[in-house]
Amino acid sequence: MATSIKKLPDTEQVLSGNGSCGGCPATMALRIVGKALGPNAIMLLTPSCAVASMGMTPRLGYNWPCMNICFATAGSSASGIAAALEIMKEKGRLQGELPTVFTWVGDGGTYDIGFQALSAAAERNDNFIHFCYNNEAYSNTGVQRSGATPRGSYTTTTPAGKRQPKKNMALLMLEHNIPYVATATVAYPGDLYDKVVKAKNIPGMKYIEILAPCYLGWQFDMSETVQMSRMAVRCGAWLLWEAENGKITFNNPTSLIISGKKDPDPVDEYLMKQGRFSRFLKGPDAAQRIAEIQNDINYEIVFMRERAKIAV
Amino acid sequence: MQAVTKAYRPISWPMKGSGGDTGSWRAHRPLVDNKLCSKCQLCWVYCPEAVIDRQEITIDYRYCKGCGVCARECPTGAISMVKEE
Ligand SMILES: Cc1ncc(C[n+]2csc(CCOP(=O)(O)OP(=O)(O)O)c2C)c(N)n1
Ligand code: SF4
Ligand code: SF4
Ligand code: SF4
Ligand SMILES: [Mg+2]
Repeated sequence: MATSIKKLPDTEQVLSGNGSCGGCPATMALRIVGKALGPNAIMLLTPSCAVASMGMTPRLGYNWPCMNICFATAGSSASGIAAALEIMKEKGRLQGELPTVFTWVGDGGTYDIGFQALSAAAERNDNFIHFCYNNEAYSNTGVQRSGATPRGSYTTTTPAGKRQPKKNMALLMLEHNIPYVATATVAYPGDLYDKVVKAKNIPGMKYIEILAPCYLGWQFDMSETVQMSRMAVRCGAWLLWEAENGKITFNNPTSLIISGKKDPDPVDEYLMKQGRFSRFLKGPDAAQRIAEIQNDINYEIVFMRERAKIAV
Repeated sequence: MQAVTKAYRPISWPMKGSGGDTGSWRAHRPLVDNKLCSKCQLCWVYCPEAVIDRQEITIDYRYCKGCGVCARECPTGAISMVKEE
């Protein structure tokens, strides 16, 4: 059972009145992450909505030491900070518990432009947590397509709907043989909290990806951020799982879908609620296009079910 | 190392209101009906802005952006969104 809401700590690392949009899923997620990490952490951010959300100098909307780093460098910058901390400790210049080094990066900075440095950091098993808040597009620059954009989605660079499915980034990170990988989303804060607490206490490289339904990019009403996150999980478009030392386990309610105890909701309702799919799903072949997207989802469910059976 | 005074460091400091008084962005104001509220804290956990007091279930309107997530997630319907003047 995930930690109940009433047991979550009071700590607020995200400060009120920051620069994010109302209803922002990234900020919502970061609040929960903050409760799990506490104040003893160092945050690295690549260009993204999360940077715009920091607000205006001389104020800062996050209660951590924050570094704004170049877009492609989440993996390498975090590796450097982690190494520096260890050396400072060795030399006796840092006492007590070392701060947790974490990156807070969008899907663009993870799936695409940051992939190389991230892969290298994972291969070295450097000691930090990489968080990808995945809003399935380059939102900060006005919603362009990324490797995380699902098939059919409108972005300014896929005006007729993206033709390709998204890639399974969390699984790619798992195949680097790092000690901890997890997926989460904002509708399930207890699940997210537990995963971050777990990651914080494991040495080496950790990867946590959080689905972040962004009302602006996905085109739904901003009050429905949590609803959209819940629907994504219930229809299987987002799978909740974690892997400790390579062994995959699924979390509720995804585990019920994987084990076949519960059918995933049909994807139609989820798609129809989002304006970003409306152009793709217009016209005489709408049914076939929905079927294509449903196929992508079914493929991932079957693939992950079978992949989870491999435990060496 | 030479000491640099806080005022001259070209960096920012954690403070509320880094985006200004974001309450002015609000088109609708969430109002909590205490009689209907069961103090479940769901609104508190989902509020992206951290403006809801988890014990009292009161809202800091200086920064609440009026997104309506709290009202949408409240299981008892205790929060209504009222158009700002
Ligand atoms: C090297 C480089 N290329 C492009 C940009 C412009 N840029 C700033 S934010 C951003 C989008 C980032 O997308 P993502 O990582 O998904 O984060 P999101 O904005 O969605 O939160 C881009 C393209 C940049 N700052 N640096
Ligand atoms: S565009 Fe989306 S992800 Fe970016 S700040 Fe706004 S709601 Fe958050
Ligand atoms: S309207 Fe949004 S910002 Fe305001 S209290 Fe509700 S959830 Fe928080
Ligand atoms: S979600 Fe509704 S019932 Fe629960 S604490 Fe908030 S106002 Fe009260
Ligand atoms: Mg993004």
